[in-house]
Amino acid sequence: MINPYQPYAVRIDNIDIATEDKSLKTFRFVFLNKEDENKFAYEAGQFAELSIPGKGEIPIGIASSPVEKGFVTFTVNRAGLVTTHLHKMKVGDIMGIRGPLGNCYPWELLEGKNILIIGGGFAFTTLRSSIIYLLHPDNRSKFGNINVVYGARSPGMLLYKDQLAEWEKRDDINMHITVDGTDDPDWKYNVGFVPTIVEQKAPPGNTASYAIICGPPIMIKFTQPVLEKLGYEHDHIIMSLENRMKCGIGMCGRCNIGQELVCKDGPVFTLAQLNKTPKEY
Amino acid sequence: MKVIKIDKTNWIQGIENLRDSYKLTGPVKGEKFYNFQELDNGEVPDLNYSNTRLSTKSIVFPQSEVMLNYTIDESKDDHHIMKEIDTDYAPRALIGLRPCDAKALTLVKLNFDTTDYKDPYWLKAYEATTFVGLACDDPLSTCFCTTAGSGPYNEEGLDLLLVDAGDHYLAKVITDKGATLLETAGWKIEAGDISIIETKKSDAEAKITSKIKTDKLKEKDTLEIHSAPFWEDVSFACLNCGTCTFVCPTCWCFDIQDEVHGNDGTRMRNWDSCMFPLFTLHTTGHNPRGEKIQRVRQRFMHKLKYFVDKYEKGIMCVGCGRCVSQCPVYIDIRSICEKMNSYELAV
Repeated sequence: MINPYQPYAVRIDNIDIATEDKSLKTFRFVFLNKEDENKFAYEAGQFAELSIPGKGEIPIGIASSPVEKGFVTFTVNRAGLVTTHLHKMKVGDIMGIRGPLGNCYPWELLEGKNILIIGGGFAFTTLRSSIIYLLHPDNRSKFGNINVVYGARSPGMLLYKDQLAEWEKRDDINMHITVDGTDDPDWKYNVGFVPTIVEQKAPPGNTASYAIICGPPIMIKFTQPVLEKLGYEHDHIIMSLENRMKCGIGMCGRCNIGQELVCKDGPVFTLAQLNKTPKEY
Repeated sequence: MKVIKIDKTNWIQGIENLRDSYKLTGPVKGEKFYNFQELDNGEVPDLNYSNTRLSTKSIVFPQSEVMLNYTIDESKDDHHIMKEIDTDYAPRALIGLRPCDAKALTLVKLNFDTTDYKDPYWLKAYEATTFVGLACDDPLSTCFCTTAGSGPYNEEGLDLLLVDAGDHYLAKVITDKGATLLETAGWKIEAGDISIIETKKSDAEAKITSKIKTDKLKEKDTLEIHSAPFWEDVSFACLNCGTCTFVCPTCWCFDIQDEVHGNDGTRMRNWDSCMFPLFTLHTTGHNPRGEKIQRVRQRFMHKLKYFVDKYEKGIMCVGCGRCVSQCPVYIDIRSICEKMNSYELAV
């Protein structure tokens, strides 16, 4: 019997400071046993439990993409006991990863469709995974237009700046990067909150288009009416939820919203699905 | 169906015969309460109880259970690598559990045995156990099993059902596991007239006068019941002590924690409760069920609505009555079930 509680052993291969305030770091892990990497086959949108012996586990979205091989990456905000400890760890340290867990964005459904990706703050991790997946030469032709609205408080708080710059240069993805505010005179992108930029830049919704939205509750709250106005139906608005989790496999009982378990039935739900559940997230 | 007659004079010898092949657990009278515990040599299950204070869920799902271990000593080759612990899953026999508790385990199994994931700790313990039930002839006033998907002679989840027939037990064989246990004990005499079982069963069922109605729960709209006005009243007295969840045979929620002594670490799971605010608290401070009313509602919605909808196996309650009799503020699931089952949105 496979033990779903037993993590794969991994080594920290690289650590990057991801934001100017140093509250986020991106950790790259390699599996100690090569075959574990194959067992950890994942899709963009899934998460995993980062498992630190002696400290505990924390569920984090997978930031690397299935098309990137040889490692997995996670961008982690320093917040509680486990993440604070993780931020103090060094390259070479051994820990565990348990997963992949949860469902992914509905890639089969999205084939042939236009995709609007909306992200805010540090909830851009699985969206990064998704964009890398979509832009891969094997995949790009399967999807329609791709628009990305990504916002952070300030330029220094944007994640994955190098990649954002690369994507800006491409003609097969429309990037709409924004910050809440900046005093940088050389800032050449948008200034304004995410919902405003969505309203100004995002293409209208129709049966051939889906929106994927991931960000802080306040951003989601104000973006939702904008998407409705743009014509996105509730079953075409895809969201990724977070709740406190322990097991990650639908057994420990705490992350439920109604009969749905965020860890196993989610974390990805359409707004149409969420409309039918109690708002306990 | 095979029924074996066990003379009470042969009972203790049979139990002794089982010891070589099974680790035995049974009801034992403590200072104030009966509880299930491992039976030491010479100790026999005391079958004169009505109900135990705690259910038998801990036999397959201990209140605290080590899952993994590891060393954090960096001089060791395998430091910080988590390993499965070596748990003894040799055959065990649970002697004398009530049918409601056995049925409860079949409901809990739905959570731990899924197509996507199998919980190895729960399942190995469950599979290693032979469940020897004891039919209930003197139900308590808080028992409502007959309308909660179980009954005093219900056989679901049992390998054997013992019926007390005065100077002997009648042991109804339900599974091969049960038959093997009888053989091992040396109880072999087939019973002749077993009509007494049906008579006693009807008598016992007739004694259970406390009933609930669950027929309309499935058709109710989740969000409508969730926003019903009665939750405020229902939760008003609740202390969020968690007693109901700990004594409940169908409550399975757990927490996972790490513990390190010196260089030796374990990852363990402990029973947890939806009654506690920490259960759902996010690191940001946000709490989706931070208010008492939300937690009380979660407990009853889970048992009487979400579970009903998800599995279509009835309610997540077997009518054992423990939460009713042990709640310090007399919150009664029967009356809440009635409110939910009969709720109509005011027009």
